[in-house]
Amino acid sequence: MELTKGLVAILLTAILTQNFVLSKFLGICPFLGVSKKLNTAVGMSAAVIFVMALATAVTYPINLFLESRKLGYLQTIVFILVIAALVQLVEIILKKYIPALYSALGIYLPLITTNCAVLGVVILNVDNGYNFAQSMFNSVGAGLGFMLAMVMFAGVRERMESCDIPKFMRGLPITLVAASLVSVSFLGFTGIVEHIFG
Amino acid sequence: MAEKESLFKEFTKGIVIENPVLRLVLGTCPTLATTTSVRSALGMGLAASIVLVCSNVVISALRKVIPSKVRIPAYIVVIASFVTIVQMLVKAFTPELDEQLGVFLPLIVVNCIILGRAEAFAGKNPVLASAVDGLGMGIGFTAALFLMGTVREVLGAGSFLGLSIPVLSQNPMLIFILPPGGFFVFGMLMACVNKLAESRGKPRAQLRGCDACPMAATCKLHNEAAPEQPAEEEATA
Repeated sequence: MELTKGLVAILLTAILTQNFVLSKFLGICPFLGVSKKLNTAVGMSAAVIFVMALATAVTYPINLFLESRKLGYLQTIVFILVIAALVQLVEIILKKYIPALYSALGIYLPLITTNCAVLGVVILNVDNGYNFAQSMFNSVGAGLGFMLAMVMFAGVRERMESCDIPKFMRGLPITLVAASLVSVSFLGFTGIVEHIFG
Repeated sequence: MAEKESLFKEFTKGIVIENPVLRLVLGTCPTLATTTSVRSALGMGLAASIVLVCSNVVISALRKVIPSKVRIPAYIVVIASFVTIVQMLVKAFTPELDEQLGVFLPLIVVNCIILGRAEAFAGKNPVLASAVDGLGMGIGFTAALFLMGTVREVLGAGSFLGLSIPVLSQNPMLIFILPPGGFFVFGMLMACVNKLAESRGKPRAQLRGCDACPMAATCKLHNEAAPEQPAEEEATA
């Protein structure tokens, strides 16, 4: 019971209070770049969740190995290469064996190979000293939080299309200010996980 | 003489005309995350600049050796090695800065600016020009971070480099240090820069979607195979 409670707390923290995009600033590029339409936002986030979970599952044993050999300093270089290779591999496998999934996620896969959110979640798992289950929950939570932020923001942007915006605020500036307001709404979740799980 | 002039041009373009953050919109993650104080902003700028110059030099020196098919992984290895070195140095000599930058120190590896410069410049140009390009871009990045860090620390904490400012420090606007303040200040800076650029007849900064992302090269190869590319639709705003 205590165990599940801890895992759910990690999941909710990653989704709401420590949202990857809106409070940790990881994965801003896709957040601003691919959030113009709802369906691309959903596709991109699904790919991110998938790659995050996979990357965590693969890097966890690798990290154990590195630490057992006192090679912890190689973490950065090994992780980025493993993630890059992994994504390429997944792309090839999906293309060959699961074309339906490939056509849904495939276009986004190369985009997120060196996305800072994916490397970020893997490094944070190690820094926080999470065990395998905790790491997986944290990664999936981070991915879900990314999806939540993307979907919310895509909705905001679709509404902004028809607005009369001052000339110099058009494009990126107004997008960033809108992101700021979405981020304010997430500040409202501060402390909620501690409150529920004591 | 002409050679010297062109080198000078490479140097200055990164600082103003092609400022990586404010004009090319690259490296937005560290720009937003590490500018809560001037000190951490400068630390981040400096660390990224060192990696940028070193990796530019090495990649440029190896540009004829690296086969173009595997160049992206090769660049990543070079960049990651320098990031590891910088990471160790920061941990050893300024542990306080290491704590402030946290996960963003190893994440310099995936900073779009560094891989972007390797791909766009260092992979095609001689060593000296690449070093100068890296230095200019690094200074431009640091300057943009410094600007944002100053605005956010002065308004959000009422201090500058840790020194408190008399009137502002009594009622600091905390929101500027919190995440929303980062987005807001960046948006406002962007608007100012756009206005300045427009008054000089320069195009405004655009988020170039896929182009800005470090995997653009792989992505383009991929997009040729699959004709539809829904990720790239950001153009006219």
